Amino acid sequence: MFKTFLIKYGEIAIKGKNRHLFEEALVKQIRRALSKVDGAFSVTREQGRIYVDCESDYDYDEVVEALQRVFGIVGFCPVMKVEDSGLENLGNDVIHFLSEVYETHNQTFKVMTRRAKKSYPIDSMEVNAELGGRILDAFPKMQVDVHNPELLIHVEIREKIYIYSKVIPGPGGMPVGTSGRAMLLLSGGIDSPVAGYMIGKRGVVIDAVYFHAPPYTSDRAKQKVVDLAQIVARYTGPIRLHVVNFTEIQLYIYEKCPHDELTIIMRRYMMRIAERFAALDGSMALITGESVGQVASQTIQSLAATNEVCDLPVFRPLIGFDKQEIVEVAKKIDTFETSILPFEDCCTIFVAKHPVTKPNRKVIQRSELKLQEKIDEMVETAVETAETIRVE
Amino acid sequence: MEAYLDNSATTRVTDTVRDVVVRTMTEDFGNPSSKHRKGVEAERYLRDARETIAKTLKVSEKEIYFTSGGTESDNWAILGAAAANRRAGMHVITSAVEHAAVLMPMRYLEEQGYRVTILPVDAKGRISLDDLADAICEETILVSIMYVNNEIGTIEPVAEAGALIKKKNPNTLFHVDAVQAYGKYPIYPKRMGIDLLSVSGHKLHGPKGSGFLYVGEKVKLHPLILGGGQQKGMRSGTDNVPGAAGLAQAAADAFATLEQDHAQLLALKERLMNGLSDLPDVVIHSQAGEAGAAHIVSAAFVGVRSEVLLHALEERGIYVSAGSACSSNKKTPVSGVLKEMHLPKEQLESTLRFSFSRFTAEEEIDYCLDALRELLPMLRRFTRR
Repeated sequence: MFKTFLIKYGEIAIKGKNRHLFEEALVKQIRRALSKVDGAFSVTREQGRIYVDCESDYDYDEVVEALQRVFGIVGFCPVMKVEDSGLENLGNDVIHFLSEVYETHNQTFKVMTRRAKKSYPIDSMEVNAELGGRILDAFPKMQVDVHNPELLIHVEIREKIYIYSKVIPGPGGMPVGTSGRAMLLLSGGIDSPVAGYMIGKRGVVIDAVYFHAPPYTSDRAKQKVVDLAQIVARYTGPIRLHVVNFTEIQLYIYEKCPHDELTIIMRRYMMRIAERFAALDGSMALITGESVGQVASQTIQSLAATNEVCDLPVFRPLIGFDKQEIVEVAKKIDTFETSILPFEDCCTIFVAKHPVTKPNRKVIQRSELKLQEKIDEMVETAVETAETIRVE
Repeated sequence: MEAYLDNSATTRVTDTVRDVVVRTMTEDFGNPSSKHRKGVEAERYLRDARETIAKTLKVSEKEIYFTSGGTESDNWAILGAAAANRRAGMHVITSAVEHAAVLMPMRYLEEQGYRVTILPVDAKGRISLDDLADAICEETILVSIMYVNNEIGTIEPVAEAGALIKKKNPNTLFHVDAVQAYGKYPIYPKRMGIDLLSVSGHKLHGPKGSGFLYVGEKVKLHPLILGGGQQKGMRSGTDNVPGAAGLAQAAADAFATLEQDHAQLLALKERLMNGLSDLPDVVIHSQAGEAGAAHIVSAAFVGVRSEVLLHALEERGIYVSAGSACSSNKKTPVSGVLKEMHLPKEQLESTLRFSFSRFTAEEEIDYCLDALRELLPMLRRFTRR
């Protein structure tokens, strides 16, 4: 019975003169999401509203699932669309709508009519009163409550008449493509996919870089990262995933530098390499899944030491999250199951038993001098030989 | 160059097997249960397959039941025998180094109230016949021992165990998991006191999803899979004609050249073991010569994690397995044979398994040894400090 969905968007409606840009981006993202669903859909903007019209048979649950992944949608309403054939018939339609959508009919309600077609012979207040009366006649246990109704029954009078009441929550945020582009440091863990999701939710287009260390990490570990990128891409749209072979650099650091500084120096080179890809892709920031104090490389001192090698801002959306809070989001967005598959990633293979937790930046810089001879060339090679996978 | 040294994981289907599988899928594709000619044609394949396999074991074709593979055969033998003989007693015996397809059904029986005795193994991975003799009692209804251990190739004393079991308690059934042995060794259930024998097709160049269970004529066994009553009601489900025909072809091929293949596999094993023993800090777990299976060599490369070495070899086109169940899948509750042999941790973490087939060439062994010679010093330079 629902051939149309009305899309509600909160935040972007207030963006002043840029509003149309945001709306266009949202329409584009809705189209992208629906392109993966069987059926023909048209997405239109009309008088400050976005409508999805289903022009063929479709699976209701699939459409709902797709729309729930589009950032920028605050909520959406399945709409029953009827012809305007007089108030008498409209009353029948509303009663039909209520009997189809709700199993019980004992709620408090309020009818809210919006008369976009001003040529309609009676005004909104009168329509409200008339329809309210019809509902009370049809469902004696329902009651009117104009202040705090359980059901808010919307009736919009346009060329056709739209009836809806149920609001399905969307993910909120801003449409992807309205806030530039950023480079995610993606590992196989729980945190980084969540970080990518969260920044994507702010309208940012996401690309990613993954550090592969064969033979210490396996092709399965790499596949796992591709799978994770694919799940994040359901929300953010296509991701360019750069797979960097990091083994040589890691072994070189291992040979030349103090072992307890290995992780921190390695992280600094990861940031430097990520920044190189950011420049290539036009990304204006880096994204990591770090959270203060979670591990040795995520103390404030360590974060400062990794931060200082970057010119770009580094977004760390999880910085104040507890592990449990991160896990909750990971479960919600469906990355958790994949993240916990037991493959070793490159951060853990050579990790020291007692890595430095309060690295002194001067000391780290001095250690890095020991890499002078070959490191620039190695970074160059790593960037040049990286494999780029388009994930969607 | 490529060296596939993981034949105990699975093998390549040979051309002769492929041909019969394709033929029974595309031309003679009938359902043996159908009354018409197509069904009769298909049934002939099934009958021939049963006959071919029965001959290799010197048993009656009535005693061969096709299954979906080793796991189903093991499960059926254990659970089916336990259910059918429950009244005679509720005691079963197995060894600590069995495959999970045996150990997990055993654990299930334990949950159902059966008493399960798990025999330990010595440093070579072998059970002790004295332990077995001590364990068998009036209530013992089933003993399940594997023929060739899948991780290190230890050959268990199956014939001796069979004789011992029948002497101690003639009513005790003897199940043998021969997944790694069938097609490599002549096995004669009637002479060895074996009542139930599990075989998997894809370990001997047959198709995956094929296998059989030998069930001695007088053995009381309940079916596990109920349905349309195929295979005398003992194993329902539309007959897997391509699987059965492919498996029979694979068996016929394997037994046609069994002796010379065995000699060749032994030579390969010797070649690899000699090469490995020249390398520093390598501990070979497998037995040399006829004391161990001819096609499996397990060794620890102390100081290198098995997974890292596995992937380093993989980069050169050499395919092997990580030797220890505890490293390859942490979630498996069943521990591997290496752990049961009480090897030190440094060996558990660094063990690889190399396994051959009759198609393995000497060059593959040499290529693998060359790679190890190069890789080991390199990988040992970089270890977790």
